[in-house]
Amino acid sequence: MQFEEIKSLIEKELPEAILGEDLDSTPTTLIIKPDSIYQLCSFLHLNENTYFDSLSCLTGLDNGEEKNSMEVIYNLYSIPFDMHLMLRVVLDRNNPLINSVSEIWKTADWHEREAYDLLGIYFNNHPDLRRILLPNDWKGYPLRKDYVEPEKYHDVKVKY
Amino acid sequence: MAESFLIKSEPLKYKESDLKTEEMIINLGPQHPSTHGVLRLEVVTDGEIVVDVVPHMGYLHRCFEKHAESLAFNQTIPYTDRMDYVAAMNNEWAFVMGVEQMLGIDKEIPKRIEYIRVLVAELNRIASHFIAIGTFGMDIGAITPFLWMMRDREHILRMLEWASGARMLYNYIWVGGLFYDLPVGFEERAKEFVDYLKPKLKDSETLLVNNKIFIERTASIGVLPADLAINYGINGPMLRGSGLKFDLRKIDGYSVYPEIDFDIPVGTGKVGTVGDCWDRNWVRYEECWQSIKIIEQCVEKLLGEHKRTKEFDPRALVPKKIRPKAQDFYVRAENPKGELGFFFRTDGRADQPLRCKARSPSFSNLSVIADISKGCMLADLFAILGSMDLNMGEVDR
Repeated sequence: MQFEEIKSLIEKELPEAILGEDLDSTPTTLIIKPDSIYQLCSFLHLNENTYFDSLSCLTGLDNGEEKNSMEVIYNLYSIPFDMHLMLRVVLDRNNPLINSVSEIWKTADWHEREAYDLLGIYFNNHPDLRRILLPNDWKGYPLRKDYVEPEKYHDVKVKY
Repeated sequence: MAESFLIKSEPLKYKESDLKTEEMIINLGPQHPSTHGVLRLEVVTDGEIVVDVVPHMGYLHRCFEKHAESLAFNQTIPYTDRMDYVAAMNNEWAFVMGVEQMLGIDKEIPKRIEYIRVLVAELNRIASHFIAIGTFGMDIGAITPFLWMMRDREHILRMLEWASGARMLYNYIWVGGLFYDLPVGFEERAKEFVDYLKPKLKDSETLLVNNKIFIERTASIGVLPADLAINYGINGPMLRGSGLKFDLRKIDGYSVYPEIDFDIPVGTGKVGTVGDCWDRNWVRYEECWQSIKIIEQCVEKLLGEHKRTKEFDPRALVPKKIRPKAQDFYVRAENPKGELGFFFRTDGRADQPLRCKARSPSFSNLSVIADISKGCMLADLFAILGSMDLNMGEVDR
């Protein structure tokens, strides 16, 4: 199935979901409305023509204070059809909140925890949203563009 | 003070009050012989039975993604080596491949360079699988195979050191080329090594893989069905152990793999159930044979069709400035442990990416541990953990 076909299939099923597309990226990207990500993913996962059964990668991204937005990028892959699709969701930087897809792909559980840990993106309905790589009393989100590392952690100097 | 420090920074997920009367929490790690690196497992047990497993990682976290955002692409290559430090060639190859595809020069790379890349990557794959098989044997009590495998792995490391100058962290594959051509005589040495390795590999099959005690400890334990594996984003030998013929070298057909003849071994449940610990180990063992086959074909090509010439310069295509156009890019490659993916966002103005995310195979592989080890015996937990072939440098990045 080609990118255009997937797009028209989504437009038929969830007419509100697509906000735009990015054809320069590899694989080609659909820009998705944040509210409809869970419905869209579960549709793409279950539909027999797309059957995106694996989530290769989930990336959180901070665009900095100037653009005042954050993004979550989903790399979908369908094993039986050998088909890629990238989904992009743009979030408000002051309130980065999105529905979790960990019910659809269990691998999203840890990837979402990582995005939460390093960028401070919150995932609704996530079963266990804790920090994953950093200790749970760490202050701040290291992959944000304006992150300044703390002077001390538990009275131990951090910066050298 | 020390005690409160520990409790505050790394808590347990379970509290005393969550437990039933017979249950207790056991902390495994942070360091344990069955994990190559630092991993703490919080295990809730009821006698000998495992009730739940909660992995705590991040001890090694060396901020690869933050570094990649502030360094030029070619400066990041040494950092990719340090992710899966037992298969550094494969890591840097995946990264370099992504950058080359973004620049659009991946089709122009001379065949000789590509064959050298396949050769060193497959050598490194054997070295990585040897660690996996050897330490897996050691996890459940067999020391001799481990020593044998480490001895043979050392030959590979010496050869790669001869080529690149470093024993484990090579920085050999560069964007657009290689650090240097192979040293004179390397191809012949590789051929000799393969002939040396074949009987040794056979020995380890008799000694470990088909050993009765080993089978008793691993067959039908930690069974991972293929659909669950896909749902958890698991691939590589773990997914193939579950019986799915899925290998990115065949499916994506990157580099010169389409020109090379090799098979994809899958788990068949020969001694137990499909997807058990024995199957996963057996897939790795069979992949060593396939890698040998690939190496033989590479050597043949490197001595014949694409042989060394005076004019050949492996750095001829190395760009002066690596500045891909503004785009999002996802690249993936088949590493010894599974799919290694890199997500790049570039803005077209800077030499470094705006965001570089590494999707490491061990990270996904580890996430399934709670699901497949619930209800097993405590001693089997080590078999399951060992059969996953985790590398904590990659889980934490």
